[in-house]
Amino acid sequence: MLRRRVIPCLDVANGRVVKGTRFVGLVDEGDPPELAERYAAEGADELVFLDITAAPEGRGILLDIVERTARRAFIPLTVGGGVRSVDDMREVLRAGADKVSLNTAAVADPALIEACAARFGRQAVVVAIDARRRTMRDGWEVVVRGGREATPLEAVTWAERAVELGAGELLVTSIDRDGTQSGFDTDLLAAISARVEVPVIASGGAAGPADFVRAIVDGGADAVLAASIFHRRIHSIGAVKAAMAAAGLPVRTVPELAA
Amino acid sequence: MSATVPRIAVVDYGAGNLVSIDQALRSVGASVDVVRDAQAFADADALLVPGVGAAAPAMDRLARRGLAEPIRRWVAAGRPYLGICLGLQLLFDGSDEDGATTLGVIPGRTVRLAEAPTLPHIGWNQVERLRPHPLFDGIPPDADFYFVHSYAGEPAAADAQTIALAHTTHGASFVSAVARGSLVGVQFHPERSGRDGLRLLRNFVACVRSGQWTAEADRLPDVAAVGV
Repeated sequence: MLRRRVIPCLDVANGRVVKGTRFVGLVDEGDPPELAERYAAEGADELVFLDITAAPEGRGILLDIVERTARRAFIPLTVGGGVRSVDDMREVLRAGADKVSLNTAAVADPALIEACAARFGRQAVVVAIDARRRTMRDGWEVVVRGGREATPLEAVTWAERAVELGAGELLVTSIDRDGTQSGFDTDLLAAISARVEVPVIASGGAAGPADFVRAIVDGGADAVLAASIFHRRIHSIGAVKAAMAAAGLPVRTVPELAA
Repeated sequence: MSATVPRIAVVDYGAGNLVSIDQALRSVGASVDVVRDAQAFADADALLVPGVGAAAPAMDRLARRGLAEPIRRWVAAGRPYLGICLGLQLLFDGSDEDGATTLGVIPGRTVRLAEAPTLPHIGWNQVERLRPHPLFDGIPPDADFYFVHSYAGEPAAADAQTIALAHTTHGASFVSAVARGSLVGVQFHPERSGRDGLRLLRNFVACVRSGQWTAEADRLPDVAAVGV
């Protein structure tokens, strides 16, 4: 049976892993390849590497750090941030990424999703959706540029459209919850996962193991992602998986840890 | 065959992540050559064809680089081959994904995963072995491997028993590993499957080195050992 995945996220700024609250107030958390190796050993099922300063600085992803990270972790690596074209995606895959995450560039030019999926297969295309609960009416609005800019897109509608165009997976981040440790937005996750066939990765707001369980049980997520609670060793990946297993969810146990 | 460090040629035809395969093979003691044309792998000890994505563009790229026919001949000659994901699917006759005609060295077709609750099938899943094989030596029977695909090769009914090595269930069950002599293929990604994946690659390299492609129990008694 397919395991529910636990995914540590490496938010990388200028080559270092950082974490802030709501994408601001960044704090240094370490070296990407070192953290990647540590998480692989601790039982991470996959890693997400987001170059959060590539887009604002108008440059490409730091490919050498992607490659050093890919060479240290024998688990899958999704890389995002600043991928704006099929050529960008090819370079990131060549540097060792297994999947590439598209966000702002896909909102600006949805045909990019289609072109990337046609060239590399939909399984390599992750569309990252940053969503914020609307204040005046129901639903969530899509925000871009690291949460700094609102768009007219509604998140659930955009999720369906992205999958039609060729997204093989969705990384759904609640900007309201990101960095707040107040739990995942399970309403947002449930609204999206009910409408798409592809796996949904829950992101934004994890505080404790029970939140991960809720993202899957109530939100319908296939995978759960978090950053600071793992970086700061507030909870271990093993503890999260133990809570998931206790809730009857299938998880991958890592022999090194079980022994 | 090289006496000590087998030389594995990894075919680069622009269909996926070679960094992780290169790193994984090196970490288990193989010598790796990333090759882009048939001359470059003529004297390798084993051929590894990786790849993700759809069959038709992959076959186009293999054809453009003059690789399709040499790979077919390599397998027909019984030389060691490891296909990973698309590198396994391409061995079948054709793919339902886009109607592509593929290499045709294993009878059967690549078909969409049936009854799958989510597609693509992305993540770690169990690989249930159907018979012993040295590829899985030392790997716990309940080990999980990493998958990322929507299609899988389905061996023709007449050959299924002899070629299928393992099954995996996602909705319906599908063939997740095959073996026929020194030809092996896996639908999952050993290079991304942690310690057990590295063990599988180490086992492949050991098979290449020893020339032994059957489980110990299935081997004919060594005449020298029983004889006299």
